[in-house]
Amino acid sequence: MQLTVKNLKVSYGNIKALHGIDFSIEAGEILTIIGANGAGKSTTLRAISRMVPAKPGSVLEFEGEDILKYNTDKVVSKLGISHVPEGRRIFGNLTVTENLILACFARKDADQIVKDRKWVFDLFPRLEERKDQLAGTLSGGEQQMLAVGRGYMSARKMMLLDEPSMGLAPLLMLEMFDALKEINKLGTTILLVEQNARLALKFAQRGYVIENGFLVLEGPSNELLNNPDVKKAYLGA
Amino acid sequence: MEALTEFIPYILQNLINALQRGSFYAVISIGYSMVYGVLMLFNFAHGDIFMLGTYIGFGIATLFLTLFAGFLPGPVIFIATVVITMFLASWIGVFVEVAGYRPLRSAPRASAAITGLMIGIIFETGILILLGAKRLSFPPLMESIAYNIGGVYFTNVKVLIIILSLFLMLALHTFIQRTKWGMAMRAMSYDFLAVPLMGVSINVMAPLTFAIGAGLAAVAGILYGQAYPILDPYMGVLIGWKAFVAAILGGRGSIKGAALAGYLLGFIEIFVATIFPSTLRDLIAYSIILLILTYRPRGFFGMEHSTKLRL
Repeated sequence: MQLTVKNLKVSYGNIKALHGIDFSIEAGEILTIIGANGAGKSTTLRAISRMVPAKPGSVLEFEGEDILKYNTDKVVSKLGISHVPEGRRIFGNLTVTENLILACFARKDADQIVKDRKWVFDLFPRLEERKDQLAGTLSGGEQQMLAVGRGYMSARKMMLLDEPSMGLAPLLMLEMFDALKEINKLGTTILLVEQNARLALKFAQRGYVIENGFLVLEGPSNELLNNPDVKKAYLGA
Repeated sequence: MEALTEFIPYILQNLINALQRGSFYAVISIGYSMVYGVLMLFNFAHGDIFMLGTYIGFGIATLFLTLFAGFLPGPVIFIATVVITMFLASWIGVFVEVAGYRPLRSAPRASAAITGLMIGIIFETGILILLGAKRLSFPPLMESIAYNIGGVYFTNVKVLIIILSLFLMLALHTFIQRTKWGMAMRAMSYDFLAVPLMGVSINVMAPLTFAIGAGLAAVAGILYGQAYPILDPYMGVLIGWKAFVAAILGGRGSIKGAALAGYLLGFIEIFVATIFPSTLRDLIAYSIILLILTYRPRGFFGMEHSTKLRL
């Protein structure tokens, strides 16, 4: 297992967001966690990238290393886990190119960086057209492309994606997931959390369902897609 | 006609004085503005970092003058003093960040403000204990040569102060625009919490920001010491507040804005004093600034930032 999460507990003040969840991902896999707003999806990703503290007793291991030893920036630069956050969080006062350069802040492999940037521009040609534009002037879809491209530039082993479909038109959504497939084909493990359960389950190989801070269901995506409870609660069928 | 030939040199004379005074404010307020922009924190110890930098500059200058005054030309001693003082003073910035502000990073901003004021008091009393209350006089680093062009008097030191300040600001601007550290600083001023996801360590960027601010403040201290050669432990208090005002007036995190506001403050102060009694100087200067801020609450170049500064 590339990533092992055991008994992950997170609280915001007195409010418990995660009640001790367990899951794991194999290298190269696409895994999704679906659930309603506020169920704990984003919190799970933030705990992995150390943006929120995990409670004592939580176990987070990546390739045998204890994630809890590292700060957010080292989770990205040392462990190789990128995080494309909810709401894109691109730097609107920097140009598209500067956003991509900044993502390589801790990388030393200058040649590979140039290749990676070219690959990102091939994946999202719209970004190349706008490379000298301030990122704040991009459309929502383009900003999401930049956020994913930036994630890809920052770290390669695993990508945590927080609602990449949010606010995208249906066609753009499909384009975005095609691009994510391409990234996965190059060997990046993907952990996706989504409210758009149908889209996420069609994209992923395996899924978990999260409810009020507990993982309540687990299984291959097609099983979950046909599960009557999942259908009723998340697929609107 | 005769009135005009007297009037123009008079204006030019004040212009040069204003440029010199504005240079101090500009260079100091940039340090304020950077820390505020990048870390969302007012470093109220900045005025006292300026004071401490001036004392370091004083020490280095005295040392160099005693050792090399015979063999090395004035400008070389000047530049060497500036460079070494800048380096040493930047460590004060690092110290203030690591010891003072880092433990409070997730505490309410008010705690950080109080800490800043406290660090300032520690620096003031520290110097008081170490060197006593007597005022020291900053030695001239190079021989002052006075020029008179068409009734306008200025010295080579004055010109050097203005040029060196402009050079430093230009260098900093280039650093912010062209290097990855500068990019990270700009990104932090936009969305502080998303920056670590780029692999950028806040524990590197925060001390770096403080170090640059402190280094600049120390250079301003040396330049100030050349223009007004008296050092005392409380010299940083008033200048610190003025630089703070200039940073606010310039707009959050804007180097350009802080520099412009610093010069504006210098101009207002000098020109107000030429027209009104000098006791009214600060009253009128700050009334003007208050008026500007009433109509431009964000300052000159205060940029919009992500409304979501916390998760």
